[in-house]
Amino acid sequence: MLDVRGLRKVYEGSGRRTEAVRDLTFTVAAGELVCLVGPSGCGKTTLLKCVGGLLEPTAGEVFLAGRKVDGPPPGMAFVFQEYGRSLFPWMRVGQNVELPLKQKDLSRSRRRELVADALASVGLADAAGAYPWQLSGGMQQRVAIARALAYEPEVLLMDEPFAAVDAQTRADLEDLVRRLWRERGITVLFVTHDIDEAVYLGERVIVLSASPTVVREQLKVDLPDERDQLTTRVAPRFAELRTHVYEQIQAAKRGAGPVRKDTPPPR
Amino acid sequence: MRGANAALGAAGLAAFLALGEAVPRLGLVGEDHFPPTSRIAEALGAEVTDGAFWTALGDTLTGWALGLAIAVGAGIVVGVLVSVVPYLREATASTIEFLRPIPSVALIPLAVLLYGTELGSVLLLVVYAAFWQVLIQVLYGVQDVDPVAEETARSYGLGAWARIRYVLWPTALPYVMTGVRLAAAVALILAVTAELVIGAPGLGARIAVAQTSQAVPEMYALIVVTGLLGLLINVGARTVERRALAWHQSVRGEVAV
Repeated sequence: MLDVRGLRKVYEGSGRRTEAVRDLTFTVAAGELVCLVGPSGCGKTTLLKCVGGLLEPTAGEVFLAGRKVDGPPPGMAFVFQEYGRSLFPWMRVGQNVELPLKQKDLSRSRRRELVADALASVGLADAAGAYPWQLSGGMQQRVAIARALAYEPEVLLMDEPFAAVDAQTRADLEDLVRRLWRERGITVLFVTHDIDEAVYLGERVIVLSASPTVVREQLKVDLPDERDQLTTRVAPRFAELRTHVYEQIQAAKRGAGPVRKDTPPPR
Repeated sequence: MRGANAALGAAGLAAFLALGEAVPRLGLVGEDHFPPTSRIAEALGAEVTDGAFWTALGDTLTGWALGLAIAVGAGIVVGVLVSVVPYLREATASTIEFLRPIPSVALIPLAVLLYGTELGSVLLLVVYAAFWQVLIQVLYGVQDVDPVAEETARSYGLGAWARIRYVLWPTALPYVMTGVRLAAAVALILAVTAELVIGAPGLGARIAVAQTSQAVPEMYALIVVTGLLGLLINVGARTVERRALAWHQSVRGEVAV
């Protein structure tokens, strides 16, 4: 579904030349939930913006369902970390969710249906008339997720979406993403700096190196499909996986060690 | 608290009016040039019953409203265009900075040459003064667009026009409103000035006539009317602003989360 080949991004400005992403190649299969995790400052956001067509890569290509991405593609939705700035304060919740649909060729009744359905799936069926700033942080991020759902994307890109909410809300939102992913069969690429979150959510975790970024390791998460905050997080296998990813990130920070690929840790 | 403030305000105004009555009566200032409040009120009463006064008021308001509308329309269109078209802002910045400080009254001779004492003279001065107020605010407002909001709009495939309509315009609106409020006040000043100096029909011309015919209380009465107009315009502009910006943090106040 999503094919990233040799992606490279170099920022140039005011005499400084920063190579944020050196060479990234990975794929995400249709209906897969993949988490990208890496040390802070490793260019995760840059990578996701290149994938989403918001930034022009310096080299390399991104393909969505076989078509080259050269601008925000219609089948892709983006959920930003800064929900407070990503939602428009001058529009009510319902209008915020509906706005992207106005670019699609849909009837008014179909738009209403999609908005109501998306808000119901995130548990905010009766918030359509409120303004985003009247809601709590977690609810605002749910609105942003509902906006993405209503858009009916093939691929959902999420850029550290829960970094700014409290721990309890975060757990709820993680379960929400898992549930929506399973219900709707969307392909999800989820960027996070939180190792536990990556292992808990993902079917696969891609560990990135420190900047300039390459793929350090791709790890299949062989936890059961049914996950929940209580049992999954205390399962021995969860602990093994998170320890493994943690070690990889620490090694990445030191910049040491050879880059291994596609090696699931021994049981 | 609000009631107490209103009472204090009314008391202050009453004291001011009483002072205006007492000081000329006590002979502290010449009554010929500073008539007591009651005589000004009397003259105001006489004005209000005079049809010519209402014609003059209508003329002033026409010049004000028409000039303001042109200035606001042009200011918004030019401001958005200059901001949206690449390099246009850089190319026009120095010209704008040169033209903006030219006092509108310096254009009075030009206005007389072009339009004599017609409405055109008033419009020229009003539009020139009010246009910059709006333009500058629009330019600032457009720069205030949040990059995350802009990226959100782009990621959902909103085109240039949709982004102007749904992102840029609401972001700039608080600035535009401030610009319109400032422009409305400046436009009234320039409308009265133009009438007073050039003699275009309106309240200003009527003030000049009252002055030359030694009708001092009438002159003050007309000045009071222009003051009241300014007050009404400001209150009206603020009401419109509050309604249009109910979502903005400056208006919505604290919200329980």
